[in-house]
Amino acid sequence: MAGPSVLSLIRNRAVVSWLILLVATASSFAVGVEHGTGSLVALVVLAIAAIKMRLVGLDFMELRDAPIPLRAAFEVYCIALWATLSGIYLWL
Amino acid sequence: MRKLPLRNARPLDYRSTVTDRPPTSTDVQHVPTCRRRVPGEQGVWVLLLGDLLVFALFFITFIVERSKAPDDFDIARRTLHTGIGLTNTFVLLTSSLMIVIAVGAVRTRMLLIAGHAVLAAMACGVVFVGLKCYEYGSMLSAGYGAGANEFYLYYYILTGIHLFHVCLGLAVLVALWTQTRRPELSPTRMAVFESGTCFWHLVDMLWIVLFPLLYLVS
Repeated sequence: MAGPSVLSLIRNRAVVSWLILLVATASSFAVGVEHGTGSLVALVVLAIAAIKMRLVGLDFMELRDAPIPLRAAFEVYCIALWATLSGIYLWL
Repeated sequence: MRKLPLRNARPLDYRSTVTDRPPTSTDVQHVPTCRRRVPGEQGVWVLLLGDLLVFALFFITFIVERSKAPDDFDIARRTLHTGIGLTNTFVLLTSSLMIVIAVGAVRTRMLLIAGHAVLAAMACGVVFVGLKCYEYGSMLSAGYGAGANEFYLYYYILTGIHLFHVCLGLAVLVALWTQTRRPELSPTRMAVFESGTCFWHLVDMLWIVLFPLLYLVS
């Protein structure tokens, strides 16, 4: 039976997540810098940041397979951070 | 692939028990393939989650202060080197991927590759620090010091605390690299190794929020 190969290290979900993170970063840069100002732009940029945080947590930190309370705490953190920052941005 | 325990598996001396045949696929029931576990040491998560909460307060404070003088903050934001911020985001994301590869390599006992992956992550961290120092120098020489206005004060405090985390993370990565020089990692050392990698991912995660908050939100 063949042992683990070097290729097996890069054929996993984390590499796909890394590619998504790069594209999301470039997208938020394009939206934030190239498309000027506005509330919607800010909310989208912050939402992309929250989604990127979640991806790093789930696929890099391996929280996807963590016990439910730990994973739930992290997911709630991501959503609450986005909601709080967006709420303050809109209403203050 | 990691072997998983079998639920309702027959005892090893099954040949002397009820049936005189080896167990078949209908005799055993596999547990789900994603058995849940805490990455690294449990205690480290108190530190990591605490750090996340503290930074959440920093982010909220910044956005509240920003709402008091949005025009001043936006004018100051435009003086930042957005290209450097963007590059640093790519650099930290890539370093995180290197660390994921290192963890996989350690688990499959490819320790040489694990060592190289940790070194690559460290190189990314050094690039981040170098670019950040260049950015600080460039801004200070242009007259945008911490005392210029509220935005710059928060900019230097937030990115400075994050830069401290990056330097701390680099020290952690050095410790991880020394572990990859060992012939084998015990379960305890493996848990410590995973804890260190989680701290580095936290550093990446914090920058993921800092970059849009400081450089992009207008």
